[in-house]
Amino acid sequence: MTAMLELKGLEVRYGSVPAVRALNLLIEQGEIVGLIGPNGAGKSTTLHAIMGLVPAHAGEIRLRAKSIRGRAPEAVARSGVALVPEGRRIYANLTVAENLQLGLAARRSENGADLEQDLAWVHELFPIVSEFAQRAAGSLSGGQQQQLAIARALVARPDVLLLDEPSLGLAPQLVDVVFQALAKIRERGVTVLLVEQRAQRTVAFADRTHILANGELTTTLSPANADDTERMIAAYLGART
Amino acid sequence: MTTIQTLIDATALGSVYALMAVGIGLVFGVLRLVNFAYGQLIMAGAYTLALTNGWTPIASIVLCFAVVIGLTMTMEVVAFRPLRNASPAAMLVATFAISFLLQSIALLKFGALGKPVATLTGLNRPIADGALIVRWIWIVAILVAAFTLGALLLLLNRTSLGLHMRAAAADFRTARLLGVRANRVISGAVLLSGVLAAAVAVIITAEQPFVTSDFALRDTIIVLVGVVVGGIDRLWSATLGGFAMGFVTGALGGFLPSTGDWPFTSSVYLDSAVFVLVILVLLVRPGGLFVSRGQRVVERV
Repeated sequence: MTAMLELKGLEVRYGSVPAVRALNLLIEQGEIVGLIGPNGAGKSTTLHAIMGLVPAHAGEIRLRAKSIRGRAPEAVARSGVALVPEGRRIYANLTVAENLQLGLAARRSENGADLEQDLAWVHELFPIVSEFAQRAAGSLSGGQQQQLAIARALVARPDVLLLDEPSLGLAPQLVDVVFQALAKIRERGVTVLLVEQRAQRTVAFADRTHILANGELTTTLSPANADDTERMIAAYLGART
Repeated sequence: MTTIQTLIDATALGSVYALMAVGIGLVFGVLRLVNFAYGQLIMAGAYTLALTNGWTPIASIVLCFAVVIGLTMTMEVVAFRPLRNASPAAMLVATFAISFLLQSIALLKFGALGKPVATLTGLNRPIADGALIVRWIWIVAILVAAFTLGALLLLLNRTSLGLHMRAAAADFRTARLLGVRANRVISGAVLLSGVLAAAVAVIITAEQPFVTSDFALRDTIIVLVGVVVGGIDRLWSATLGGFAMGFVTGALGGFLPSTGDWPFTSSVYLDSAVFVLVILVLLVRPGGLFVSRGQRVVERV
């Protein structure tokens, strides 16, 4: 096992208000790690700090043991980290195919992966991407837009996939579609950091899930804890276990 | 006959303004920056042509492009880049400062009297004698505008740099998250705007072969208004807005009576008439003349 992504003593502040404090997280290659917690706990901030969207006030962010702290978002993306942002952020006025093509911007040419093969895999994973290729992405439903957002991140063939609440605002059967896709992404060996509000579902799915409250990691849960709602609720409220 | 004459004049002016609108709109798209100093880029190009009067036209024009592009890129590196995360108001004020700075430099260096440009004066001649006066330069202006807009459309729709520019204009943060290189896209847009400014300098000096330090200043203000009237959020609506302002200015200049007592002469109340129209348009369609109301994308869940 090799460490793919490592956060060490990460601290992020908005002005003088700390949003994330002394956060340590080590994700190994191929691991699926969940990050859950109440609103405002610092989950999205953690992802934004990894991507270089917000500056890290202190601590270290390492990708394959190499520091990526302070890099511009496009440089982080080009070194193999893809973020599926909250709210999907697809380009409504561009076609589905154009949205997908944008994902290729971060693709690294040196790793010798076969583009055709990767595209075929993404199209198989999300058939709507080829079905509606020439449609304006804004005309897709919310669930389809989410699939497009994940597909767009995957065509870059990232080593690490960060997802910010991919099931937000989706109907239950569409949440199933998203988690089924995540299962296939896991089979492919992509390392995943999944930020979610659907706590139980995330705990059951991820290899391990951390609870983030008030900017600090408080609890770690394994899939076996998925039905332990009491412990989850206590951790949400700030208890450490 | 005079009606047709006026419409030809107006179309030619509209074409030149459309080019300027594209130059301003491209930079606004990626930087959210209204470049008030755009006119001074054109002025710099015009002075370059004036100072190289003895050269062969081709060499003169090549140097004009080089100077304007160099100045544009300098502006990008020295002024726009450090202010990239500043508020839009700060950036606008900065471009005002650059605009006045360049005008003052031109005034000090080249004097208040102005300089004649002889590069393409031949193009200012009418194509044929007759009641209808069609000057070569108008044909050139319309063709250059059509060709440039066509080429730009191809670049934006068919190349990956174009796709990256469109994405950056719509949502820069997400574009960067996807690996789109911010500096490359911004430099590309600024460079293109410089190329357009140089082309406009060549065209305008052929029509008005006399360069002063406030050269193209009034045109820039009218185009900026046109860009806002058309809808600054989209390149094509901004371009149409620029064309419309040029066309309306040209048409009103021709149709309004040019004789009579003060204040009823066209040269005096032309600007007033144009801006009354602008106010009316913005009252009715604050989002822009060419942005349809239903264009807000409704998110469906």
